[in-house]
Amino acid sequence: MTIDTTAGGAVVPDATGHFGPFGGRFAPEALMAALDELTREYEAARRDPAFTGELDRLLAEYAGRPSLLTEARRFAEHAGGARVLLKREDLNHTGSHKINNVLGQALLTRRMGKRRVIAETGAGQHGVATATAAALLGLECTVYMGEVDTERQALNVARMRMLGAEVVPVRTGSRTLKDACNEAFRDWVASVDHTHYCIGSVMGPHPFPMMVRDFHRVIGVEAREQCLRMTGRLPDAVVACVGGGSNAIGAFHAFIPDQSVRLYGFEAGGDGVATGKHAATLVGGSLGVIHGMRTYLLQDDEGQTLETHSISAGLDYPGVGPEHAWLRDTGRAEYREITDAEAMDAFALLCRTEGIIPAIESAHALAGALKVGRELGPDATIVVCLSGRGDKDMHTAAQYFGLVPQGEGR
Amino acid sequence: MTVQTAFDKAKAERRAALVGYLPAGFPSFDGAVAAATAMVEAGCDVIEIGLPYTDPLMDGPTIQDAVHRALVGGTRVADVFRTVEAVAATGAATLVMTYWNPVDRYGVDAFARDLKSAGGTGLITPDLTPEEGEPWLAASDAHGLDRVFLVALSSTDERIEKITGVCRGFVYAASLMGVTGARSAVDTGAPRLVKRTRTILEARGSALPVGLGLGVSNGAQAAEVAGFADGVIVGSAFIRRLLDAPDERTGVEAVRALAAELAEGVRNPR
Repeated sequence: MTIDTTAGGAVVPDATGHFGPFGGRFAPEALMAALDELTREYEAARRDPAFTGELDRLLAEYAGRPSLLTEARRFAEHAGGARVLLKREDLNHTGSHKINNVLGQALLTRRMGKRRVIAETGAGQHGVATATAAALLGLECTVYMGEVDTERQALNVARMRMLGAEVVPVRTGSRTLKDACNEAFRDWVASVDHTHYCIGSVMGPHPFPMMVRDFHRVIGVEAREQCLRMTGRLPDAVVACVGGGSNAIGAFHAFIPDQSVRLYGFEAGGDGVATGKHAATLVGGSLGVIHGMRTYLLQDDEGQTLETHSISAGLDYPGVGPEHAWLRDTGRAEYREITDAEAMDAFALLCRTEGIIPAIESAHALAGALKVGRELGPDATIVVCLSGRGDKDMHTAAQYFGLVPQGEGR
Repeated sequence: MTVQTAFDKAKAERRAALVGYLPAGFPSFDGAVAAATAMVEAGCDVIEIGLPYTDPLMDGPTIQDAVHRALVGGTRVADVFRTVEAVAATGAATLVMTYWNPVDRYGVDAFARDLKSAGGTGLITPDLTPEEGEPWLAASDAHGLDRVFLVALSSTDERIEKITGVCRGFVYAASLMGVTGARSAVDTGAPRLVKRTRTILEARGSALPVGLGLGVSNGAQAAEVAGFADGVIVGSAFIRRLLDAPDERTGVEAVRALAAELAEGVRNPR
């Protein structure tokens, strides 16, 4: 099997990585040769049965695909009675969707004859996945993580180190995901001859947004088949959280040609977009260039990147993948905000009604599903991408809900 | 003075041109102007004024630190133009080095217009390559500005051909694979990159000068680079002097001393 990059017959992006006016390649010249090489190698690999066969085998025998589609009946009672189907990316090895992309890029790293991978990480999910794939394939691994995030996601730091990765806390700028990206790019400029930058979302210069999407496309392909089998028809809506947007694009992509299926992305509204303390790029951002791509971003009137806020480290990012910008502007997908409080309510609700502890990132999608369900009514079926599990968030959740009595825990 | 005449003058004196970089607003608005003026007085032929940006992903810790301070100090694009105006008044060719987003946000044509009226001669764009550069190519033509793109050790000959084909003023050759910052030695690949670039320029009948930057921090390195490149570009080493000084005045004098040492270096190519 080859990896499909088409949506409804239309191949996006174009040969230079543009999704309409978005995307492209705003990168230092030092990286251009590597980006060209990566594009060539990826184009060859995705048509090579040896490569796709190996990837499919790892996805099935190592990552645990296909992931389940679980109907959440008790949770759905709070969603206007609509049917809610959870695409269980939380059950993948390493606990999130991130492994889909990382296995693809790690195989590609080996194919290019490089011996080291680097990655940026926010919540640590992509870092853990990269460290895992590196251990599996015998690659060196360095993960850049904002110092703020190493504190709020200490468990994932320990996991990465156990897996043999070097974790570098980034102390520049806002000390979160954006700054981890900057530092990873700085490493890559100096190490590109033997190192692949395994970007963790559908962002960055071409070919990353396309390639990372293709590796995650399996989420929606499976969900579409599973939904048809379970309900006899397509869902009315597909719902996902959006930071950089990798689980969302993976969930959406196979449904893009299905015009009856509404696509909803839920961004991190933090304290509310009106307060300025948020990370809702498509809701509250403007057009610009960041991390190698033209897209919407949170910036001031002079193009300086704004500080973002979200209770979720994985969504705490001022940019968004260019294909989401394109889906928004063409009206194919709709993007809204979910506040920290709404996300944490949905987090608790899923725990108590379904016995599933979601990642706080994914809780934004769950909160969105509650709203969409109430809007679409009891006849609707909603597929929600449950992008990750919440074990890593226990410290944040325990603090938020006051579950740790004084003197206990940290 | 244009960049071209600055390089021509250096060539007539059988030496390399000295190009110095400083971000606007660092260590303060006046401090940056004073430091740049001292650089010109001590022998810099061309000054690059950096536009402070929140996400300088091609810069090492020294420049990151300086631009962070400039931003915390409230430096705005208008201050960058005012800095250009003051530095250009010294007679030195003055360029702006900037990441692309602030220009994009300002409006490419408006930025070009305001840079020109401030007396700036053009832009150096570390994260913009010709592929995405169409609006800037048009604006720089419309306003008669130089456009300095970078070539790297990793650039193929095809890419160098394409990049130098649209460069104006000079070609910025990045001497090493990495971010800005002082290094103890000049990368051994640097002379070859300059030579490859020159060969491609000469094949087209172009006499565009090639400046070499990244990592140069002292007179001996400047002399070494002057042995094979048309220009020697120094940034982080100047900033280091300002960061390490107990006060602005001492810092400016340390900058002046370094510029003099480098100016001596470019006059004694090895």
